[in-house]
Amino acid sequence: MSPDFGPVINALNLVPSSGEPTATADDETVHEVIIVGSGPAGYTAAVYAARANLHPIVFAGSVTAGGELMNTTEVENYPGFVDGIQGPELMSNMQQQAERFGADIRYEDVVALELEGEVKTVTLEDGSVHRAHAVILATGSAYRELGLPDEKRLSGHGVSWCATCDGFFFKEQHIAVVGGGDSALEEATFLSRFASKVTIIHRRDSFRASEIMQQRAFDDPKIEVLWNAEVVGINGEEKVRSVTVRDTESHQTTELPVTGLFVAIGSDPRTALVKDQLELTVDGTIAVDGRSSTTSLAGVFAAGDVVDGTYRQAITAAGSGCVAAVDAEHYLAALHDRSVLHS
Amino acid sequence: MSAAKNVTDADFRTEVLESDKPVIVDFWAEWCGPCRMVGPVLDAIAAEHADAVEVVKLNVDENPAVASQYGITSIPAIYLFSGGEVVKKAIGAKPKSALEKEFADYLVVGN
Repeated sequence: MSPDFGPVINALNLVPSSGEPTATADDETVHEVIIVGSGPAGYTAAVYAARANLHPIVFAGSVTAGGELMNTTEVENYPGFVDGIQGPELMSNMQQQAERFGADIRYEDVVALELEGEVKTVTLEDGSVHRAHAVILATGSAYRELGLPDEKRLSGHGVSWCATCDGFFFKEQHIAVVGGGDSALEEATFLSRFASKVTIIHRRDSFRASEIMQQRAFDDPKIEVLWNAEVVGINGEEKVRSVTVRDTESHQTTELPVTGLFVAIGSDPRTALVKDQLELTVDGTIAVDGRSSTTSLAGVFAAGDVVDGTYRQAITAAGSGCVAAVDAEHYLAALHDRSVLHS
Repeated sequence: MSAAKNVTDADFRTEVLESDKPVIVDFWAEWCGPCRMVGPVLDAIAAEHADAVEVVKLNVDENPAVASQYGITSIPAIYLFSGGEVVKKAIGAKPKSALEKEFADYLVVGN
């Protein structure tokens, strides 16, 4: 998997629609709330909104349902699971929990949103239009690319963004991981199960990752770290044969003979569908008011990685999904009170 | 997970390379989250374009020879074979419309 398909894997972001939209399945009902996205934030919002009798519709994405945790293995820090839980299993549990209370989860991709006014419209890839009084955006974030010329060409041929998907293909080979955060170190320790050697390439002289992840990496005899180094080239015709690494201090370049390059240099909030309608922060996340999920437009709420440039954990996403559902519930109650008074 | 027929290292030649129709091969594995997501998408394509193409899946864990022969290093990888050759490739979990666009030339009978 790779961000080559960013717009695709991250289908909630923006999907170039093929052919003419048919717009056959328009839904004339104005629903209470539509939730866009299905990671921990989206599904938690769905659990709360469903329990509040708001009959939420969740557009979960056709191939992105479950979000980022679908690409992970063991999740050890989600409270309540003493021995940890597999990421995909956790997401399947959240989905079933939301469905148990009546959330209507649809594996469709949203291609357009109109968020102004009292009735919001959500357009799906098939061209159908859906309406709601409130929208909760939980579209998450998309992997960042290195931005190198050969990165796209060699993605799927040695360049990867998903260790759990692709590590298997690098048995007994020397591979590199780029990055210095938790996800980079998790990928490195996961990949060392397969690889003969894992070199972590990090452009600073220390990791941002948590202590426990750093310790695991340092204790792993197959992992070595190239500090103050950045990847400036990916080499190979049909597949990756080496990467060119530059020392950030001496500017000397060396060639590292690896067959795989796993990129884990962070991610960017997925705001393509809303960036012209909502205020964003300087970090590019959707701006929300204080600890709430309230965005710059009435009736539009946001939760999870798309609002969070800092913590980005499953549990913080879940927490903010709850906040968004409660905020939406209060907004809808006030909206309906007002319309009763005016009628 | 796709409901498509399984092919293996042993029958890849007869089922895919020697097939009269173009064949879409879904390279997948049990442990690959995105592979699970793309399975139903391929099932839908198989159902809608049954006249034009076959859709099969190949478990890379159990069938390393074919996966390695085609240099698969990332899954899900969806390759379209026609006349024994790879003619189209899509790597990563993509929505139905994106795959249909990628494979459009082969989804209509007569092409």
